[in-house]
Amino acid sequence: MNWFRYASPVEFYPLAGRMVPWFAVAAALSTVVGLYWGFFQTPDILSQQKEYYRIIFVHVPAAWMSMWLYLVLVGWAVLGLIYNTRLSFMMAAAVAPTGALFTGIALLTGVLWGKTSWGTWWDWDPRLTSELILFFIYAGYMALQSAIEDSYRADRASALLAIVGLFCIPLIYWSINCPDPTQCAALHARSSMSAIETNILAAMWTMVFAFWMYSFAVIFVRVRNIILERERNSTWVSRLIGGGPS
Amino acid sequence: MSTSSSPQAILVLLRRDLTLAFRHRSEMFTPLFFFILVTALFPMSIGAEQSLLQSIGPGVIWVAALLAALLSLESLLRSDYEDGSLEQMLLTPQPLSLLVLGKVLAHWLRTGLPLVLLAPLVGFQYYLAGDTLVTMMLALLLGTPVLSLLGAIGAALTLGVRGGGMLLSLLILPLYIPILVYGAGAVAASATQTLPAQPFLLLLGAFLILAMVLTPVATAAALRISLG
Repeated sequence: MNWFRYASPVEFYPLAGRMVPWFAVAAALSTVVGLYWGFFQTPDILSQQKEYYRIIFVHVPAAWMSMWLYLVLVGWAVLGLIYNTRLSFMMAAAVAPTGALFTGIALLTGVLWGKTSWGTWWDWDPRLTSELILFFIYAGYMALQSAIEDSYRADRASALLAIVGLFCIPLIYWSINCPDPTQCAALHARSSMSAIETNILAAMWTMVFAFWMYSFAVIFVRVRNIILERERNSTWVSRLIGGGPS
Repeated sequence: MSTSSSPQAILVLLRRDLTLAFRHRSEMFTPLFFFILVTALFPMSIGAEQSLLQSIGPGVIWVAALLAALLSLESLLRSDYEDGSLEQMLLTPQPLSLLVLGKVLAHWLRTGLPLVLLAPLVGFQYYLAGDTLVTMMLALLLGTPVLSLLGAIGAALTLGVRGGGMLLSLLILPLYIPILVYGAGAVAASATQTLPAQPFLLLLGAFLILAMVLTPVATAAALRISLG
């Protein structure tokens, strides 16, 4: 089977359409399972935070997805610049709003968590601050894409911006984490995965899977719309929507 | 220009850009006045208490330097884009990234360097001591070229785009954060005397070297995308 066949929007459009329902169902099921597990089947370990800590089951997977989707975005942007494939740029453009959404969710739940555990809505916590910067980087990508009317140039310009962003994100992250360059090793020792109970971890991974499936479903729907919009003057689209010259 | 070597081409470009800047002196002074004005707004708005100004000074001065650099980025490529000389530069046999480096250097000489020289005046307004002023000038000397180099990528990407100025700030300001953190950190460390300022300056120097090597390539790629 030749996978490169699906690099053409004509071939990818129906394939994506067939896959969307599966991903949507998987996302819905695993969200229900993950949230039930997380909310009702895990112990209340952090007693001074009471039940509030359960927002972790949305917060942490959303934060992971926000970072992972940026890598996916850059991956498609690089592929597009190297191979000059239209679909790669369309995928990159389709990933960005979902990435920004997860960044927003991570910020919002982070703020709620801040209120319940630190007593303040916003605490310039390094992780929350980096997440805020990531949100601006997503926003910049989308703003540049929509500001340039010529889609050929818009695709390439925003792809380059995404790659530059990828180079800068580690520097931004470290500069926020270690404003004092002589001492920042202590900060990362605190958040270690091994200290978390297996039961909680399992519920969290279920939610990660759910968000992943949701991303697939939504990104495929969005890329289908982008394909239709960009290829609206081609014969296969007019045949598909049943009008115009065939 | 077609027969000259790359260093010669950069020199020619430098001389041309600096001559142009000198002929439009008011354009050169606008970001500087902006820098002084913005920093002067803070004591007026939050009160001129000496200890307060001393503690916010490093951050305020660096934020104002960032905004001034951002404001001046418009002049980096705009006029060359409008009169077509940018397209001529794309067609020269010299590597575009080297020409970009020349243009950014010229831009820094007419916007960044005056800002560095002027910074002590602003430092006095915030009651910063002599040592701190020296550290601040060093930090700005290392940091402002990075602002020009990184900003050039954004300026090249937004060439001729409607609402480019506001867009540019959204694209570039997040990338300026490391410079802001360590630049302001160096000044604050020197002002409070709690930490040595050297690690901050070393990091800024590392950023400068990285940016000098990598950003001209990205800017050249951005120019090729924008000019088709």
